[in-house]
Amino acid sequence: MNPPPLYILLVGPFPETHLLGPLSRYLERAFGLPVRLHEATLDPEAAFDPSRKQYHSSEILLQILNAAPPDAHRLLGLTALDLFVPILTFLFGEAQYDGPAALVSIHRLQSEFYGLPPDPMLLRERTLKEAVHELGHTFGLIHCAVPRCVMNASTGVEGIDAKSLLFCPQCQRKLEAGASRS
Amino acid sequence: MIKNEEVGILVVDDEASVRESLYKWFKTDGYRVDTAENAVAAMDKLGQGMWDIILLDIKMPGMDGLEFNRKIQEVDPDIVVIIITAYATVDSAVQALKEGVYDYISKPIDPDNLNILVRNAMEKRKLTRENVQLRRKIDTLIARDHIVGDSRQMQEVLEKVAAVAQTDATVMIQGESGTGKELVALAIHGNSLRRYGPIITVNCGAFAETLLESELFGHEKGAFTGAHRLRKGKLQQADRGTIFFDEIGTISPKMQIDLLRVLDTKTVTPIGSDAGVNVDFRIISATNRDLGKAVTDGEFREDLYFRLNVFTIHVPPLREREGDIPVLARHFIEVFARSMSKPVTGITDEAMDMFEQYAWPGNVRELRNVIERAVVLCQGETITPEHLSFPFRFKAQQRPGESLEDMEKDHIARIVEKAGWNISKASQILKIDRSTLYSKIKKYGLGEGP
Repeated sequence: MNPPPLYILLVGPFPETHLLGPLSRYLERAFGLPVRLHEATLDPEAAFDPSRKQYHSSEILLQILNAAPPDAHRLLGLTALDLFVPILTFLFGEAQYDGPAALVSIHRLQSEFYGLPPDPMLLRERTLKEAVHELGHTFGLIHCAVPRCVMNASTGVEGIDAKSLLFCPQCQRKLEAGASRS
Repeated sequence: MIKNEEVGILVVDDEASVRESLYKWFKTDGYRVDTAENAVAAMDKLGQGMWDIILLDIKMPGMDGLEFNRKIQEVDPDIVVIIITAYATVDSAVQALKEGVYDYISKPIDPDNLNILVRNAMEKRKLTRENVQLRRKIDTLIARDHIVGDSRQMQEVLEKVAAVAQTDATVMIQGESGTGKELVALAIHGNSLRRYGPIITVNCGAFAETLLESELFGHEKGAFTGAHRLRKGKLQQADRGTIFFDEIGTISPKMQIDLLRVLDTKTVTPIGSDAGVNVDFRIISATNRDLGKAVTDGEFREDLYFRLNVFTIHVPPLREREGDIPVLARHFIEVFARSMSKPVTGITDEAMDMFEQYAWPGNVRELRNVIERAVVLCQGETITPEHLSFPFRFKAQQRPGESLEDMEKDHIARIVEKAGWNISKASQILKIDRSTLYSKIKKYGLGEGP
């Protein structure tokens, strides 16, 4: 019997569709789950904060949960919107710790955000890292002190670029334990 | 390095979204984290667990952040409190800093700033803990009895140490070489109010005049050839602590004037600098000379002598505290056996008799060295006469007297013994010819057995 799938949901306009193929393939390998795209109607504008011109990440995460297909093992929201939670200036992504849903924004992963020319390869790498990182939290992984581990905390793109796409051996073991538990 | 799971963070904020976001943020970082919606709930949690860092909203209904911070300081002043504030309340945050809050952070928080702030707060907490541990360690070390001796003379020394330590009086320690003057200085410092400050030792006899000046006062970069960088002098290093001048009787007349000026003004001017630096230290000096006589002979300034000699402690030579020899011997056996990991635990009566018969011109230091060597040589559990190296052939009745002749006899006997009765070698050490040495050996009846 096939394991239940990991669904990717696009939140809001997402022109960078070229990311979806590599992302699906990598997530399948990293988590051992079939990855499918789920067409869901979400309303991100309900999470928009006009004073901050950003979207409330936790509210979108709730919408993703509510739109989950019944056979979903994990859910990954992918968006180009700029995310925030009230106490923080921005977020690259958010996840439910040991829960089914995660959300990643490519808004601040794009070189253009920092006044640099577009770099599709770099964007792909950053997106993969952030997606693996946030999904890692859904399997009960916390931030890792190993600098190259994908679970190392990053508060800037420099940090994302410095780490690798891989779990360190200890996080890999925890991931496997988390996967068998769920 | 402190692990995140060892750090407890309590988030106190009336906004649920703030509590939830920060809870999640710190949880995924692996911290032990909890939240409270107001000061009353936080107060309960304060009593329930060990919190290292409290993130506290400044504006809350009921008890506000500032008031709650005062409560935290009463319960545990070592908890690191970080105030969360909106821009409109920066003035209050500044007020909070004055009241012992570690730092404040404005909403919304930049994730990078939050991480750095928490890391710095952990570092502060770690340093505070280390500081407390080091102070405890200092207190334990001080409490341990480093000055060994049950004799009446040593008890008097210890009574004087206890009497003067808590005052800030200047102390002069007099005694022969090897009697333990530095240990007495350490005991005074260790029992003083300055014990958490440094004790800086300056061996005045070990430096030429110009070097001692640079050592004491420090120098600016380029003050003289070789002064490649700015260097803080020992007097400045001793700020808030004690400076211990060993062999003070050896300093030159110029240094005596310079030192007197420092004592008068409590200001140090590094070489090559125009600006004086205020310093606050206690002075303890030590000498094996009769400084009173040096004053009479015009070799030591009288005014400096009186400044340094406010309270005098005389450390008696070992030969005047015979009862301490067995106590000290056993103490050193224990110390060296432990440091060398050897099973030596005792000493034969015969060897101890020899110790008690000997005059110990090098005092406790000599006894210490003899025992160190004996422990090295000893293969069993007990030190015997074969392990001893000093010229123990002198019986108590043969101890040197105070006359020059007595001293000469004692000295020649020791050197001849040291040279293994090789007269040529002994005469070279003594810088006298062999015939003179032979005649002195004959005169004093050396080598004729006890």
